[in-house]
Amino acid sequence: MERREFLRNALMLGAGGVLLLGPGAWAARAATSGAGQSPRLVVIFLRGAVDGLNVVVPHGESIYYELRPTIAVPASQVLDLDGHFGLPPALAGLMPLWRERSLAFVEACGSPDPTRSHFDAQDYMETGTPGVKTTSTGWMNRVLTELPAPHSPTQALNLGPTPPRILAGPQPVANLATGRAAAQPIALDRPLVNSSFARMYAGRDPLSAAFQEGVAARRRLLAELQQDMTVAAGGAPLPNQGFAQDATRLGRLMRRDPSIRLAFVALAGWDTHVNQGAAGGQLANHLRPLSEGLLSLIGAMGSTYHETVIVVISEFGRTVHENGNGGTDHGHANVMWVMGGPVRGGKVYGTWPGLAPEQLYQGRDLAVTTDFRAPLSSILSTHLKLSDHALGQIFPAYRGRGPQLLAA
Amino acid sequence: MALNAATQISQRGTSDAGGQATDAVLIAPRPPRQIAARYDVSAWLARYVYEGDRWPRNRRGHRALPMSAEAIHVLNRLAFGPAPGDLSRVQQLSIDGYIRQQLRPQTIPVPQAFSERVRSWPTLYLTPVELFAQYGPPRKAPGAPKDPLAMKAARQRARVIMQEGVQARLYRAIRGPRQLQEVMTDFWFNHFNVFAGKGLDYLWTVSYEQEAIRPHTLGRFRDLLGATAKHPAMLFFLDNWLNTGPGTPGARGRFDGLNENYAREVMELHTLGVNGGYSQRDVTELARIFTGWGLVKRGAAGFQRRRTRRANGPFFPFFRAPFTPPPPVTDEISPTGFFFDASRHDFGDKQFLGHTIGGRGISEGEEALDILARHPATARHLSFQLAQLFVADQPPPALVARLAESYQESDGHIGTVLATLFASREFRDPACYGAKFKTPYQYVVSAVRALGIDPRNVQPLAGTLFLLGMPLYGCPTPDGYKNTQEAWLTPDGLMRRLSFATALGTGHLPLDQAPGFTRPQPLKLAMADSGPARAPTMPAPDRDNLARTLGNRFSHSTAQAVFAAPAQLQSALILGSPEFMRR
Repeated sequence: MERREFLRNALMLGAGGVLLLGPGAWAARAATSGAGQSPRLVVIFLRGAVDGLNVVVPHGESIYYELRPTIAVPASQVLDLDGHFGLPPALAGLMPLWRERSLAFVEACGSPDPTRSHFDAQDYMETGTPGVKTTSTGWMNRVLTELPAPHSPTQALNLGPTPPRILAGPQPVANLATGRAAAQPIALDRPLVNSSFARMYAGRDPLSAAFQEGVAARRRLLAELQQDMTVAAGGAPLPNQGFAQDATRLGRLMRRDPSIRLAFVALAGWDTHVNQGAAGGQLANHLRPLSEGLLSLIGAMGSTYHETVIVVISEFGRTVHENGNGGTDHGHANVMWVMGGPVRGGKVYGTWPGLAPEQLYQGRDLAVTTDFRAPLSSILSTHLKLSDHALGQIFPAYRGRGPQLLAA
Repeated sequence: MALNAATQISQRGTSDAGGQATDAVLIAPRPPRQIAARYDVSAWLARYVYEGDRWPRNRRGHRALPMSAEAIHVLNRLAFGPAPGDLSRVQQLSIDGYIRQQLRPQTIPVPQAFSERVRSWPTLYLTPVELFAQYGPPRKAPGAPKDPLAMKAARQRARVIMQEGVQARLYRAIRGPRQLQEVMTDFWFNHFNVFAGKGLDYLWTVSYEQEAIRPHTLGRFRDLLGATAKHPAMLFFLDNWLNTGPGTPGARGRFDGLNENYAREVMELHTLGVNGGYSQRDVTELARIFTGWGLVKRGAAGFQRRRTRRANGPFFPFFRAPFTPPPPVTDEISPTGFFFDASRHDFGDKQFLGHTIGGRGISEGEEALDILARHPATARHLSFQLAQLFVADQPPPALVARLAESYQESDGHIGTVLATLFASREFRDPACYGAKFKTPYQYVVSAVRALGIDPRNVQPLAGTLFLLGMPLYGCPTPDGYKNTQEAWLTPDGLMRRLSFATALGTGHLPLDQAPGFTRPQPLKLAMADSGPARAPTMPAPDRDNLARTLGNRFSHSTAQAVFAAPAQLQSALILGSPEFMRR
């Protein structure tokens, strides 16, 4: 393997805060770019299956209130979207996006595979091949393969210590540590330790090359974090903690480095079997920081938002009926959230299958009327300008498209 | 001779002039030549390859290297690297004697303290049925609401299973004298991977290693295949327990049809290999053959209860006297919880890989496993993987072919295939010394072994494996972790290995403290410049002992870097050296 290729393939970044970036990918390319030059896609995965019926509330249906006596979001508190659907108060922060038409939803969206296992369903959604367990790469990594050159080591950023399934594959992916870990010192930051190992890894062999790349990237990251802490480069200081902090950092990186094409964030804590609450409570307490984080991300990326599409997905939805513990169990269809400059928002897309008993999937769940790959295909095609041939590589044997969420 | 800066450098000329191949070969007589660029390996390795050329070959065509080089090689491959004293033990036994002994683990005595420690983890010895009963979700009456607090408490109690499993796995790998068995346990576990993070497998994964993998690591492949097929951890991981003949009397609820997952993976990953010459038709037929291979979480008693409940409907016992169903048509309900549910089995005939398998029950599955285990594609697939583990990332095809022959001749006896491998010219060729880049597991285990530490607390090691991307029992895909350089050599991974080496080599990992099971924060920092360096929690390992343990063979640049560093860093540098990244 050629050294260059090796370095490209081997580039990964890390938890103890190690962020590896290719030569010149960082400060040198921090110049602002014109809109439309580098379309970006951010995918946010809500692991644990968020209760979509309490995210986009079908407040126009009495049956929703009948089936969820204690956990329905009361009609009086719903923020109406289109007369039929509405947002819970916890997502009030997103209403300005809806009004300026850069936020849309795709209802009854999900995987054609019937599994109710978190693990299998996430796996299928991340590999993009429902029902097939042997797919070794994630669909976002395959997107990288299909994107036109030049390929940069920072073309995909993962927020977290190790790359998830959705980004697994031959294309390089950068990991950005979350929270305080991003700035935590490691042994190699100590000059004496560093210089001692540098003496051992001064050659041109693959190990030395990896070492030298690692050290250089670590140095750049520390400088970048330092900048965040002091000057806050053109923005407010970082929020204190949580997703908003990580999202702000991500947004700034995206604004400064146009070579970042894809970003991925996974958030946990959505498996609300018990006491999920209604307008307030457990689920609301997770939705509120999510909405704040999305706003932080959008704020931090500045004008980059005009060329960015943000998608929020989750492995499956939850039962329409509330269970005996004030919660909901594993279901089927969910709602996909889509936002960004190019989005034709202010609309709930998809075909609503209804909540009447005969309309439910297996008598208990919202039925899937839109395969999750269909809107993603449309976004990849319109936004990232990928051909049908490329889409065939990304979602093999799948040809569905739509709805058309973006201005062509 | 110990590594020593002053004597070392000055003696270089002497040892060169002597040309004596002893186990105290210290440092290259001259700087490494430019040859390094032509080999895709470290300069260190290239030098030995080069000098190896000048040594005469012996009768069997092997280059006669200094004994210790070969001894180190054998310890690097059959074991997780040398522990203190291992080199001289191997030399006493002779290389071949050591190999013979490792191939017969039952002949290797186990120290009493070791077996006592391994016996001190009780959950290791529970069956899946017992594990479910003692640590599974709490029982509730049918239809009763779940008790969230009880469920949470049970889940917390169940953590002990994984904790003990991780303790046992790392302790055995680090301290166990039957090293080849440990190497093969790691290999076979990955070959037949299950993921503890999927559903109930948090209860059963450790038992799976204990019951389905360990007893068969060097025995017949067919036994390994059968044991993994029937263990609840695998039945659950690849969904075979749901696999049901459509339209059979037992087909209902989630047992509503064929599930091909296991049938597909058992051919693609476990036996024939992806190009093993099977079709989708074979996958479907094999899935039909396996219909009814089920598991009963609560064993025989639970099975009978469930049958009774089903037979009597939801309103039992209000309307009529309870009906006791006939005993299940099943060969057995094994203590592991495996059972064959004839009511969900498809009794039609099947066409599988050119064989007609008459519909008759569980023995169809056994017959299919026999066919798979004896298949020439399986022989090739397994031979390739073993050669890749023990020889090189791209193993020589001639060797793979010879191993496949050995597999067929011995009717799939793993120990025999390995004996052939270890005796092969390819395995003994000095060109393959140090040619394998260690996986994170191999790296971490070999580092602790080299220091001779008895780890009472393995939590920092488990945490390190997580950060290196290789958590124990944590590979989510059925193909398991790879063992190639391509999979593991990354800038990020190397940075983290060196941080681990620094923490371990300066005594900053609290491995000797009683297990605390706190959140892993292993690499947080030994010796950061910001803030005061924390005091070591263990005595810093002795550089000379470490160098001796490893055979005292280091490249010029490694030795120079070691000597140039302050004393308390020198062991860390040896553990972080390019030589130690390879095996």
